[in-house]
Amino acid sequence: MFHFSNIVRTKGDPKILEGGPSLKRPEDQLARALGWFSIGLGVVELFAPRRLTATLGMEGHEPLVRAFGVREILAGIMSLSVDRNAGLWARVGGDGLDAAALLSGLTSDNPKKGNIALALLMVGGIAMLDYRAAQDTKPRRPPREARRKLYPNRSGFPKGLANARSGAKQIAAQATAERS
Amino acid sequence: MKALVWHGKEDIRCDTVTDPEIQDPRDAIIKVTSCAICGSDLHLFHNFIPGMLPGDIMGHETMGEVVEVGSGVDGKLKKGERIVVPFTIICGECDQCKRGNFSVCETTNRKRHLADKVFGHTTAGLFGYTHLTGGYPGGQAEYLRVPYADATHIKVPAGIPDEQLLFLSDIFPTGWQAAVQCDIKPTDTVAIWGCGPVGQMAIRSAILLGANQVIAIDCLPERLSMAEAGGATTINFETESVVGRLNELTEDKGPEKCIDCVGMESHVVSSLPDSLLDRTKQMVMLESDRPHVLREMIYVCRPGGIISVPGVYSGFSDMLPMGAFMNKGLTMRTGQTHVNRWTDDLLRRIEEGEIDPSFVITHTVPLSQGPEMYQVFRDKRDSCVKVVLKP
Repeated sequence: MFHFSNIVRTKGDPKILEGGPSLKRPEDQLARALGWFSIGLGVVELFAPRRLTATLGMEGHEPLVRAFGVREILAGIMSLSVDRNAGLWARVGGDGLDAAALLSGLTSDNPKKGNIALALLMVGGIAMLDYRAAQDTKPRRPPREARRKLYPNRSGFPKGLANARSGAKQIAAQATAERS
Repeated sequence: MKALVWHGKEDIRCDTVTDPEIQDPRDAIIKVTSCAICGSDLHLFHNFIPGMLPGDIMGHETMGEVVEVGSGVDGKLKKGERIVVPFTIICGECDQCKRGNFSVCETTNRKRHLADKVFGHTTAGLFGYTHLTGGYPGGQAEYLRVPYADATHIKVPAGIPDEQLLFLSDIFPTGWQAAVQCDIKPTDTVAIWGCGPVGQMAIRSAILLGANQVIAIDCLPERLSMAEAGGATTINFETESVVGRLNELTEDKGPEKCIDCVGMESHVVSSLPDSLLDRTKQMVMLESDRPHVLREMIYVCRPGGIISVPGVYSGFSDMLPMGAFMNKGLTMRTGQTHVNRWTDDLLRRIEEGEIDPSFVITHTVPLSQGPEMYQVFRDKRDSCVKVVLKP
Protein backbone atom coordinates (compact mmCIF):
# COMPACT_ATOMS: atom_id res chain seq x y z
CA MET A 1 0.00 0.00 0.00
CA PHE A 2 1.19 3.48 -0.84
CA HIS A 3 2.04 5.85 1.97
CA PHE A 4 3.86 9.16 1.74
CA SER A 5 5.56 8.11 4.96
CA ASN A 6 7.38 5.41 2.99
CA ILE A 7 9.41 7.98 1.10
CA VAL A 8 13.10 7.92 1.90
CA ARG A 9 16.00 9.97 0.62
CA THR A 10 18.24 8.23 -1.90
CA LYS A 11 21.52 6.80 -0.70
CA GLY A 12 24.40 8.77 -2.15
CA ASP A 13 22.66 12.15 -2.11
CA PRO A 14 24.46 14.90 -0.15
CA LYS A 15 24.08 14.68 3.61
CA ILE A 16 24.02 17.52 6.11
CA LEU A 17 27.38 17.99 7.86
CA GLU A 18 26.58 21.18 9.70
CA GLY A 19 23.19 22.86 9.99
CA GLY A 20 22.77 26.54 9.24
CA PRO A 21 20.61 28.95 11.23
CA SER A 22 16.86 28.39 11.09
CA LEU A 23 14.41 31.01 9.89
CA LYS A 24 12.04 29.97 12.66
CA ARG A 25 11.67 32.61 15.35
CA PRO A 26 10.61 31.94 18.97
CA GLU A 27 7.20 33.44 18.17
CA ASP A 28 6.77 30.87 15.39
CA GLN A 29 7.45 28.10 17.91
CA LEU A 30 4.96 29.69 20.32
CA ALA A 31 2.34 29.89 17.56
CA ARG A 32 2.92 26.22 16.77
CA ALA A 33 2.58 25.22 20.43
CA LEU A 34 -0.63 27.24 20.75
CA GLY A 35 -1.96 25.65 17.55
CA TRP A 36 -1.47 22.13 18.87
CA PHE A 37 -2.86 23.14 22.29
CA SER A 38 -5.93 24.53 20.52
CA ILE A 39 -6.48 21.29 18.63
CA GLY A 40 -6.01 19.21 21.79
CA LEU A 41 -8.44 21.31 23.81
CA GLY A 42 -10.88 21.30 20.90
CA VAL A 43 -10.85 17.51 20.71
CA VAL A 44 -11.56 17.25 24.45
CA GLU A 45 -14.40 19.79 24.19
CA LEU A 46 -15.86 18.03 21.16
CA PHE A 47 -15.73 14.48 22.48
CA ALA A 48 -15.90 14.85 26.29
CA PRO A 49 -18.13 17.86 26.93
CA ARG A 50 -19.92 16.23 29.88
CA ARG A 51 -16.70 15.82 31.79
CA LEU A 52 -15.93 19.52 31.32
CA THR A 53 -19.40 20.79 32.22
CA ALA A 54 -19.46 18.54 35.31
CA THR A 55 -16.07 19.89 36.42
CA LEU A 56 -17.32 23.44 36.01
CA GLY A 57 -20.79 22.86 37.43
CA MET A 58 -22.32 23.96 34.14
CA GLU A 59 -24.33 20.87 33.21
CA GLY A 60 -26.68 21.35 30.27
CA HIS A 61 -24.21 23.46 28.27
CA GLU A 62 -22.75 20.50 26.36
CA PRO A 63 -23.83 21.71 22.88
CA LEU A 64 -22.07 25.04 23.50
CA VAL A 65 -18.92 23.25 24.65
CA ARG A 66 -19.00 21.08 21.52
CA ALA A 67 -19.36 24.19 19.32
CA PHE A 68 -16.40 25.75 21.14
CA GLY A 69 -14.48 22.55 20.45
CA VAL A 70 -15.04 22.88 16.72
CA ARG A 71 -13.95 26.52 16.93
CA GLU A 72 -10.79 25.54 18.82
CA ILE A 73 -9.88 22.88 16.26
CA LEU A 74 -10.35 25.26 13.31
CA ALA A 75 -8.36 28.03 15.02
CA GLY A 76 -5.66 25.49 15.85
CA ILE A 77 -5.40 24.28 12.25
CA MET A 78 -5.19 27.90 11.09
CA SER A 79 -2.50 28.66 13.68
CA LEU A 80 -0.38 25.82 12.29
CA SER A 81 -0.79 26.98 8.69
CA VAL A 82 1.03 29.70 6.76
CA ASP A 83 -1.86 31.99 7.79
CA ARG A 84 -0.94 31.53 11.44
CA ASN A 85 -1.54 35.17 12.30
CA ALA A 86 -5.23 34.92 11.37
CA GLY A 87 -5.45 31.72 13.43
CA LEU A 88 -3.92 33.39 16.45
CA TRP A 89 -6.29 36.36 16.25
CA ALA A 90 -9.14 33.85 15.98
CA ARG A 91 -7.82 32.31 19.18
CA VAL A 92 -7.73 35.71 20.89
CA GLY A 93 -11.39 36.22 19.93
CA GLY A 94 -12.17 32.70 21.11
CA ASP A 95 -10.54 33.41 24.47
CA GLY A 96 -13.03 36.25 24.88
CA LEU A 97 -15.92 33.90 24.17
CA ASP A 98 -14.50 31.32 26.60
CA ALA A 99 -14.20 33.96 29.32
CA ALA A 100 -17.77 35.18 28.72
CA ALA A 101 -19.14 31.64 28.88
CA LEU A 102 -17.21 30.91 32.08
CA LEU A 103 -18.37 34.17 33.70
CA SER A 104 -21.98 33.21 32.99
CA GLY A 105 -21.43 30.13 35.17
CA LEU A 106 -19.79 32.05 38.01
CA THR A 107 -22.94 32.28 40.11
CA SER A 108 -23.22 32.03 43.89
CA ASP A 109 -25.27 28.82 43.68
CA ASN A 110 -22.63 26.99 41.58
CA PRO A 111 -20.79 24.60 43.91
CA LYS A 112 -17.89 24.37 41.40
CA LYS A 113 -17.31 28.10 41.13
CA GLY A 114 -13.78 27.61 42.44
CA ASN A 115 -13.04 25.52 39.35
CA ILE A 116 -14.52 28.24 37.16
CA ALA A 117 -12.28 30.84 38.78
CA LEU A 118 -9.29 28.59 38.09
CA ALA A 119 -10.42 28.11 34.49
CA LEU A 120 -10.80 31.87 34.09
CA LEU A 121 -7.28 32.34 35.35
CA MET A 122 -6.02 29.83 32.78
CA VAL A 123 -7.99 31.46 29.96
CA GLY A 124 -6.49 34.81 30.96
CA GLY A 125 -2.96 33.40 30.85
CA ILE A 126 -3.50 31.67 27.51
CA ALA A 127 -5.15 34.83 26.13
CA MET A 128 -2.02 36.80 26.97
CA LEU A 129 0.13 34.26 25.14
CA ASP A 130 -2.27 34.27 22.17
CA TYR A 131 -2.20 38.06 22.02
CA ARG A 132 1.58 38.16 22.28
CA ALA A 133 1.99 35.54 19.54
CA ALA A 134 -0.56 37.29 17.30
CA GLN A 135 1.29 40.59 17.69
CA ASP A 136 4.68 39.03 17.03
CA THR A 137 3.66 37.04 13.96
CA LYS A 138 2.05 39.91 12.08
CA PRO A 139 2.58 39.35 8.34
CA ARG A 140 5.66 41.18 7.16
CA ARG A 141 4.10 42.00 3.82
CA PRO A 142 4.41 45.68 3.02
CA PRO A 143 1.09 47.53 3.27
CA ARG A 144 -0.69 48.20 -0.02
CA GLU A 145 -0.11 51.92 0.30
CA ALA A 146 3.62 51.43 0.90
CA ARG A 147 5.82 53.16 -1.61
CA ARG A 148 7.17 50.60 -4.01
CA LYS A 149 9.84 50.60 -6.66
CA LEU A 150 8.38 50.56 -10.13
CA TYR A 151 10.07 49.11 -13.18
CA PRO A 152 8.79 51.14 -16.16
CA ASN A 153 12.04 50.81 -18.09
CA ARG A 154 12.40 47.05 -17.95
CA SER A 155 10.92 46.01 -21.28
CA GLY A 156 13.31 43.10 -21.78
CA PHE A 157 13.60 44.03 -25.46
CA PRO A 158 17.09 45.47 -26.04
CA LYS A 159 15.99 46.85 -29.43
CA GLY A 160 12.81 48.31 -28.02
CA LEU A 161 9.20 47.23 -27.70
CA ALA A 162 8.16 48.70 -31.06
CA ASN A 163 10.90 46.73 -32.77
CA ALA A 164 9.80 43.50 -31.04
CA ARG A 165 6.19 44.07 -32.10
CA SER A 166 7.00 44.93 -35.71
CA GLY A 167 9.40 41.99 -36.01
CA ALA A 168 6.68 39.63 -34.85
CA LYS A 169 4.14 41.14 -37.25
CA GLN A 170 6.54 40.78 -40.18
CA ILE A 171 7.11 37.12 -39.35
CA ALA A 172 3.35 36.55 -38.99
CA ALA A 173 2.63 38.27 -42.32
CA GLN A 174 5.37 36.19 -43.97
CA ALA A 175 3.87 33.00 -42.59
CA THR A 176 0.39 33.98 -43.81
CA ALA A 177 1.76 34.78 -47.29
CA GLU A 178 3.58 31.44 -47.43
CA ARG A 179 0.38 29.59 -46.47
CA SER A 180 -1.64 31.33 -49.17
CA MET B 1 29.70 22.61 0.16
CA LYS B 2 27.01 25.14 1.10
CA ALA B 3 23.44 24.45 -0.02
CA LEU B 4 19.92 25.66 0.72
CA VAL B 5 18.24 22.76 2.49
CA TRP B 6 14.52 22.17 3.16
CA HIS B 7 13.86 21.39 6.82
CA GLY B 8 10.09 21.77 6.90
CA LYS B 9 7.36 24.30 6.33
CA GLU B 10 8.85 27.80 6.02
CA ASP B 11 12.19 26.46 7.19
CA ILE B 12 14.99 26.57 4.64
CA ARG B 13 18.55 26.79 5.91
CA CYS B 14 21.94 27.35 4.38
CA ASP B 15 23.66 24.16 5.56
CA THR B 16 27.04 22.61 4.95
CA VAL B 17 26.50 19.30 3.15
CA THR B 18 28.70 16.66 1.56
CA ASP B 19 29.83 17.37 -1.98
CA PRO B 20 27.98 15.53 -4.75
CA GLU B 21 29.77 12.66 -6.44
CA ILE B 22 29.46 10.89 -9.75
CA GLN B 23 27.05 8.00 -9.11
CA ASP B 24 26.36 6.87 -12.65
CA PRO B 25 28.46 6.96 -15.83
CA ARG B 26 25.99 9.43 -17.37
CA ASP B 27 26.44 11.95 -14.51
CA ALA B 28 28.33 15.21 -14.52
CA ILE B 29 29.13 17.60 -11.70
CA ILE B 30 28.94 21.35 -12.21
CA LYS B 31 30.28 24.20 -10.12
CA VAL B 32 27.26 26.45 -9.84
CA THR B 33 27.89 30.04 -10.89
CA SER B 34 24.28 31.32 -10.61
CA CYS B 35 20.97 29.96 -9.42
CA ALA B 36 17.57 31.47 -8.74
CA ILE B 37 14.51 31.13 -6.53
CA CYS B 38 11.43 30.18 -8.52
CA GLY B 39 7.78 30.81 -7.67
CA SER B 40 7.25 27.05 -7.49
CA ASP B 41 9.96 26.87 -4.80
CA LEU B 42 7.49 28.85 -2.68
CA HIS B 43 4.96 26.01 -2.95
CA LEU B 44 7.62 23.77 -1.39
CA PHE B 45 8.50 26.48 1.15
CA HIS B 46 4.84 26.43 2.22
CA ASN B 47 4.79 22.63 2.15
CA PHE B 48 1.82 22.62 -0.23
CA ILE B 49 3.40 20.02 -2.49
CA PRO B 50 3.60 16.62 -0.83
CA GLY B 51 6.67 14.42 -0.82
CA MET B 52 9.43 16.66 0.56
CA LEU B 53 11.83 15.36 3.21
CA PRO B 54 14.04 17.27 5.64
CA GLY B 55 17.50 17.35 4.13
CA ASP B 56 16.36 17.87 0.52
CA ILE B 57 18.38 20.48 -1.37
CA MET B 58 16.27 23.14 -3.08
CA GLY B 59 16.59 24.76 -6.49
CA HIS B 60 15.87 24.01 -10.12
CA GLU B 61 17.12 27.13 -11.93
CA THR B 62 20.85 26.64 -12.14
CA MET B 63 23.84 27.13 -14.39
CA GLY B 64 27.53 26.63 -14.03
CA GLU B 65 30.76 25.12 -15.25
CA VAL B 66 31.32 21.40 -15.75
CA VAL B 67 34.01 20.18 -13.36
CA GLU B 68 33.65 16.40 -13.67
CA VAL B 69 32.02 14.04 -16.16
CA GLY B 70 31.18 10.35 -15.95
CA SER B 71 32.53 7.81 -18.39
CA GLY B 72 29.14 7.44 -20.09
CA VAL B 73 28.73 11.06 -21.10
CA ASP B 74 30.47 10.11 -24.36
CA GLY B 75 32.11 13.42 -25.06
CA LYS B 76 28.81 15.25 -25.21
CA LEU B 77 29.98 17.36 -22.31
CA LYS B 78 33.53 18.28 -21.36
CA LYS B 79 35.21 19.70 -18.30
CA GLY B 80 35.25 23.48 -18.39
CA GLU B 81 32.15 23.83 -20.58
CA ARG B 82 29.49 26.30 -19.48
CA ILE B 83 25.97 24.92 -19.23
CA VAL B 84 22.51 25.90 -18.14
CA VAL B 85 20.74 23.00 -16.44
CA PRO B 86 17.11 22.49 -17.53
CA PHE B 87 14.88 21.80 -14.54
CA THR B 88 13.51 18.67 -16.22
CA ILE B 89 15.95 15.76 -16.19
CA ILE B 90 15.80 13.95 -19.55
CA CYS B 91 17.24 10.76 -20.97
CA GLY B 92 16.87 11.79 -24.61
CA GLU B 93 16.12 8.19 -25.59
CA CYS B 94 12.61 7.23 -24.45
CA ASP B 95 9.46 7.57 -26.59
CA GLN B 96 8.47 10.84 -24.93
CA CYS B 97 11.91 12.42 -25.26
CA LYS B 98 11.99 11.41 -28.93
CA ARG B 99 8.68 13.24 -29.41
CA GLY B 100 10.06 16.31 -27.65
CA ASN B 101 7.82 15.76 -24.63
CA PHE B 102 10.78 16.12 -22.32
CA SER B 103 8.87 16.99 -19.14
CA VAL B 104 7.22 13.58 -19.23
CA CYS B 105 10.43 11.62 -19.86
CA GLU B 106 9.69 8.00 -18.95
CA THR B 107 13.15 7.19 -17.63
CA THR B 108 14.51 9.81 -15.28
CA ASN B 109 12.13 9.75 -12.32
CA ARG B 110 14.04 7.46 -9.98
CA LYS B 111 10.96 7.21 -7.72
CA ARG B 112 8.52 6.50 -10.50
CA HIS B 113 6.53 4.11 -8.31
CA LEU B 114 5.35 7.18 -6.36
CA ALA B 115 4.44 9.16 -9.47
CA ASP B 116 2.70 6.13 -10.98
CA LYS B 117 0.51 5.90 -7.88
CA VAL B 118 -0.23 9.60 -7.54
CA PHE B 119 -0.41 10.78 -11.17
CA GLY B 120 -1.31 7.52 -12.89
CA HIS B 121 1.92 7.56 -14.88
CA THR B 122 5.34 8.90 -14.15
CA THR B 123 6.66 12.25 -15.33
CA ALA B 124 10.28 13.35 -15.65
CA GLY B 125 12.64 13.67 -12.74
CA LEU B 126 13.02 17.26 -11.58
CA PHE B 127 15.81 18.98 -9.67
CA GLY B 128 15.16 20.25 -6.15
CA TYR B 129 11.54 19.23 -6.08
CA THR B 130 9.28 16.69 -4.43
CA HIS B 131 10.17 13.00 -4.20
CA LEU B 132 7.18 12.40 -6.49
CA THR B 133 9.50 13.68 -9.21
CA GLY B 134 12.56 11.80 -8.06
CA GLY B 135 13.69 13.88 -5.08
CA TYR B 136 16.88 14.89 -6.89
CA PRO B 137 19.10 17.33 -4.98
CA GLY B 138 18.67 20.81 -6.38
CA GLY B 139 20.95 23.52 -7.62
CA GLN B 140 20.74 26.15 -4.89
CA ALA B 141 24.16 24.94 -3.89
CA GLU B 142 27.83 25.34 -4.72
CA TYR B 143 27.91 22.12 -6.75
CA LEU B 144 25.25 20.07 -8.50
CA ARG B 145 25.24 16.51 -9.76
CA VAL B 146 23.50 16.45 -13.14
CA PRO B 147 22.08 12.98 -13.88
CA TYR B 148 21.73 11.95 -17.53
CA ALA B 149 24.08 14.86 -18.18
CA ASP B 150 24.72 13.80 -21.78
CA ALA B 151 21.13 14.91 -22.52
CA THR B 152 20.25 17.15 -19.57
CA HIS B 153 22.12 20.32 -20.44
CA ILE B 154 22.02 23.44 -22.55
CA LYS B 155 25.47 24.48 -23.71
CA VAL B 156 25.86 28.24 -23.67
CA PRO B 157 28.60 30.39 -25.17
CA ALA B 158 31.09 32.51 -23.27
CA GLY B 159 30.69 36.26 -23.44
CA ILE B 160 27.04 36.44 -22.41
CA PRO B 161 26.49 37.14 -18.70
CA ASP B 162 24.89 34.46 -16.52
CA GLU B 163 21.95 36.77 -15.84
CA GLN B 164 20.88 36.65 -19.50
CA LEU B 165 21.18 32.87 -19.78
CA LEU B 166 20.15 31.50 -16.38
CA PHE B 167 16.42 31.64 -17.08
CA LEU B 168 16.76 29.22 -20.00
CA SER B 169 16.65 26.67 -17.17
CA ASP B 170 12.95 27.29 -16.48
CA ILE B 171 11.02 30.57 -16.49
CA PHE B 172 11.88 31.74 -20.01
CA PRO B 173 10.95 28.48 -21.79
CA THR B 174 8.01 28.12 -19.39
CA GLY B 175 6.59 31.51 -20.38
CA TRP B 176 7.40 30.73 -24.01
CA GLN B 177 5.72 27.32 -24.00
CA ALA B 178 2.67 28.88 -22.33
CA ALA B 179 2.39 31.33 -25.21
CA VAL B 180 3.20 28.79 -27.95
CA GLN B 181 0.49 26.48 -26.56
CA CYS B 182 -1.99 29.29 -27.30
CA ASP B 183 -1.42 29.14 -31.09
CA ILE B 184 -1.34 32.93 -31.12
CA LYS B 185 -2.77 34.59 -34.25
CA PRO B 186 -2.05 38.22 -35.23
CA THR B 187 -5.60 39.24 -34.27
CA ASP B 188 -5.58 37.57 -30.86
CA THR B 189 -5.92 39.10 -27.44
CA VAL B 190 -3.91 37.14 -24.89
CA ALA B 191 -4.83 37.61 -21.22
CA ILE B 192 -2.21 36.58 -18.67
CA TRP B 193 -3.05 36.09 -15.00
CA GLY B 194 -0.08 36.70 -12.69
CA CYS B 195 2.84 39.03 -13.37
CA GLY B 196 5.47 37.12 -11.45
CA PRO B 197 8.60 35.96 -13.28
CA VAL B 198 6.79 33.38 -15.46
CA GLY B 199 4.00 35.86 -16.22
CA GLN B 200 6.58 38.45 -17.28
CA MET B 201 8.20 35.92 -19.63
CA ALA B 202 4.80 34.92 -21.01
CA ILE B 203 4.00 38.57 -21.76
CA ARG B 204 7.25 39.02 -23.73
CA SER B 205 6.72 35.68 -25.47
CA ALA B 206 3.18 36.62 -26.53
CA ILE B 207 4.54 39.91 -27.94
CA LEU B 208 7.31 38.07 -29.82
CA LEU B 209 4.77 35.60 -31.17
CA GLY B 210 2.74 38.47 -32.61
CA ALA B 211 -0.31 38.85 -30.35
CA ASN B 212 -2.45 41.85 -31.23
CA GLN B 213 -3.08 42.72 -27.59
CA VAL B 214 -1.60 41.38 -24.35
CA ILE B 215 -3.45 42.00 -21.09
CA ALA B 216 -1.76 41.29 -17.75
CA ILE B 217 -3.57 40.84 -14.42
CA ASP B 218 -2.02 41.26 -10.98
CA CYS B 219 -2.33 43.51 -7.93
CA LEU B 220 1.25 44.56 -7.21
CA PRO B 221 2.29 47.92 -8.67
CA GLU B 222 5.90 46.89 -9.30
CA ARG B 223 4.85 43.82 -11.27
CA LEU B 224 2.18 45.70 -13.18
CA SER B 225 4.73 48.39 -14.10
CA MET B 226 7.11 45.72 -15.39
CA ALA B 227 4.27 44.14 -17.37
CA GLU B 228 3.41 47.49 -18.93
CA ALA B 229 7.05 48.01 -19.84
CA GLY B 230 6.90 44.70 -21.69
CA GLY B 231 3.95 45.82 -23.79
CA ALA B 232 0.92 44.68 -21.78
CA THR B 233 -2.24 46.54 -20.89
CA THR B 234 -2.69 45.95 -17.18
CA ILE B 235 -5.58 45.17 -14.85
CA ASN B 236 -5.24 45.52 -11.08
CA PHE B 237 -7.68 42.93 -9.72
CA GLU B 238 -7.89 44.67 -6.37
CA THR B 239 -9.25 47.86 -7.84
CA GLU B 240 -10.96 46.71 -11.05
CA SER B 241 -13.30 43.95 -12.14
CA VAL B 242 -11.21 41.51 -14.13
CA VAL B 243 -14.14 40.14 -16.11
CA GLY B 244 -15.58 43.62 -16.74
CA ARG B 245 -12.26 45.07 -17.93
CA LEU B 246 -11.42 42.07 -20.10
CA ASN B 247 -14.80 42.27 -21.80
CA GLU B 248 -14.37 46.02 -22.23
CA LEU B 249 -10.96 45.55 -23.85
CA THR B 250 -12.27 42.88 -26.24
CA GLU B 251 -15.57 44.43 -27.35
CA ASP B 252 -17.45 42.13 -24.96
CA LYS B 253 -16.13 39.00 -26.68
CA GLY B 254 -13.48 37.96 -24.14
CA PRO B 255 -9.85 37.16 -24.85
CA GLU B 256 -9.22 34.34 -27.33
CA LYS B 257 -6.26 33.09 -25.33
CA CYS B 258 -5.84 32.92 -21.54
CA ILE B 259 -2.68 31.99 -19.65
CA ASP B 260 -2.62 31.02 -15.95
CA CYS B 261 0.77 32.02 -14.52
CA VAL B 262 -0.54 31.86 -10.95
CA GLY B 263 -1.27 28.22 -10.16
CA MET B 264 -2.29 26.67 -6.88
CA GLU B 265 -1.71 29.62 -4.53
CA SER B 266 -3.92 32.30 -6.03
CA HIS B 267 -4.49 35.44 -3.96
CA VAL B 268 -7.05 35.26 -1.17
CA VAL B 269 -9.07 38.47 -0.96
CA SER B 270 -12.39 39.23 0.67
CA SER B 271 -13.83 40.54 -2.60
CA LEU B 272 -13.45 37.04 -4.10
CA PRO B 273 -15.53 34.70 -1.90
CA ASP B 274 -14.39 31.60 -3.78
CA SER B 275 -10.79 32.40 -2.88
CA LEU B 276 -11.72 32.51 0.82
CA LEU B 277 -13.54 29.20 0.57
CA ASP B 278 -10.60 27.62 -1.29
CA ARG B 279 -8.16 28.79 1.39
CA THR B 280 -10.32 27.37 4.14
CA LYS B 281 -10.65 24.04 2.37
CA GLN B 282 -6.94 23.96 1.61
CA MET B 283 -6.16 24.58 5.28
CA VAL B 284 -8.28 21.65 6.46
CA MET B 285 -6.96 19.50 3.60
CA LEU B 286 -10.25 19.20 1.75
CA GLU B 287 -8.65 20.69 -1.38
CA SER B 288 -5.00 20.97 -2.34
CA ASP B 289 -5.15 23.84 -4.86
CA ARG B 290 -6.82 27.25 -5.01
CA PRO B 291 -8.12 27.40 -8.58
CA HIS B 292 -9.72 30.88 -8.66
CA VAL B 293 -7.76 31.80 -11.79
CA LEU B 294 -8.86 28.66 -13.64
CA ARG B 295 -12.50 29.46 -12.85
CA GLU B 296 -12.14 33.06 -14.00
CA MET B 297 -10.34 32.07 -17.20
CA ILE B 298 -13.02 29.53 -18.14
CA TYR B 299 -15.70 32.13 -17.47
CA VAL B 300 -14.16 34.98 -19.43
CA CYS B 301 -12.40 33.17 -22.30
CA ARG B 302 -13.96 33.63 -25.72
CA PRO B 303 -15.87 30.52 -26.90
CA GLY B 304 -13.56 28.31 -28.93
CA GLY B 305 -10.57 29.81 -27.15
CA ILE B 306 -7.50 28.26 -25.59
CA ILE B 307 -6.50 28.16 -21.94
CA SER B 308 -2.82 27.56 -21.24
CA VAL B 309 -1.71 26.59 -17.76
CA PRO B 310 2.00 26.85 -16.90
CA GLY B 311 1.09 27.66 -13.26
CA VAL B 312 1.76 24.73 -10.93
CA TYR B 313 -1.13 22.69 -9.50
CA SER B 314 -0.38 19.85 -7.13
CA GLY B 315 -3.49 17.77 -6.63
CA PHE B 316 -7.20 18.46 -6.47
CA SER B 317 -9.23 21.54 -7.38
CA ASP B 318 -12.90 21.99 -6.53
CA MET B 319 -15.77 23.66 -8.31
CA LEU B 320 -14.29 24.05 -11.75
CA PRO B 321 -17.06 25.23 -14.09
CA MET B 322 -16.93 22.26 -16.44
CA GLY B 323 -20.30 23.25 -17.90
CA ALA B 324 -18.91 26.52 -19.21
CA PHE B 325 -15.68 24.82 -20.23
CA MET B 326 -17.51 22.18 -22.28
CA ASN B 327 -20.27 24.34 -23.76
CA LYS B 328 -17.85 27.08 -24.81
CA GLY B 329 -15.68 24.50 -26.57
CA LEU B 330 -12.51 25.58 -24.83
CA THR B 331 -9.17 23.83 -25.12
CA MET B 332 -6.85 23.53 -22.14
CA ARG B 333 -3.13 22.91 -22.55
CA THR B 334 -0.94 22.38 -19.54
CA GLY B 335 2.26 20.76 -18.41
CA GLN B 336 5.66 21.21 -16.94
CA THR B 337 7.93 22.73 -19.55
CA HIS B 338 9.62 20.68 -22.26
CA VAL B 339 12.64 22.92 -21.71
CA ASN B 340 15.01 21.50 -24.32
CA ARG B 341 12.32 21.68 -27.02
CA TRP B 342 12.58 25.48 -26.96
CA THR B 343 16.07 26.40 -25.80
CA ASP B 344 17.92 26.41 -29.17
CA ASP B 345 15.46 29.00 -30.51
CA LEU B 346 15.42 31.02 -27.28
CA LEU B 347 19.22 31.03 -26.98
CA ARG B 348 19.41 32.34 -30.57
CA ARG B 349 16.95 35.12 -29.68
CA ILE B 350 19.09 36.09 -26.69
CA GLU B 351 22.29 36.02 -28.78
CA GLU B 352 20.69 38.19 -31.46
CA GLY B 353 19.54 40.73 -28.89
CA GLU B 354 15.87 40.13 -29.55
CA ILE B 355 15.23 39.64 -25.82
CA ASP B 356 17.21 39.99 -22.62
CA PRO B 357 15.58 37.94 -19.84
CA SER B 358 17.70 39.61 -17.15
CA PHE B 359 15.13 42.43 -17.03
CA VAL B 360 13.20 40.43 -14.42
CA ILE B 361 16.01 40.29 -11.83
CA THR B 362 15.41 42.63 -8.91
CA HIS B 363 17.68 41.08 -6.28
CA THR B 364 21.11 39.43 -6.52
CA VAL B 365 22.55 38.12 -3.25
CA PRO B 366 25.06 35.51 -2.01
CA LEU B 367 23.74 31.97 -1.56
CA SER B 368 24.07 32.32 2.22
CA GLN B 369 21.30 34.93 2.18
CA GLY B 370 18.98 32.57 0.32
CA PRO B 371 16.79 31.61 3.30
CA GLU B 372 15.95 35.26 4.04
CA MET B 373 15.30 35.88 0.36
CA TYR B 374 12.67 33.12 0.34
CA GLN B 375 10.76 35.25 2.86
CA VAL B 376 11.38 38.51 0.98
CA PHE B 377 10.17 36.94 -2.28
CA ARG B 378 7.15 35.32 -0.60
CA ASP B 379 6.15 38.54 1.20
CA LYS B 380 6.77 40.68 -1.93
CA ARG B 381 8.96 42.90 0.23
CA ASP B 382 11.28 45.48 -1.32
CA SER B 383 9.38 45.21 -4.65
CA CYS B 384 10.97 41.79 -5.16
CA VAL B 385 10.18 40.06 -8.45
CA LYS B 386 13.11 37.69 -9.02
CA VAL B 387 16.03 36.64 -6.84
CA VAL B 388 19.34 35.39 -8.21
CA LEU B 389 21.73 33.67 -5.81
CA LYS B 390 25.51 33.60 -6.22
CA PRO B 391 27.25 30.66 -4.52
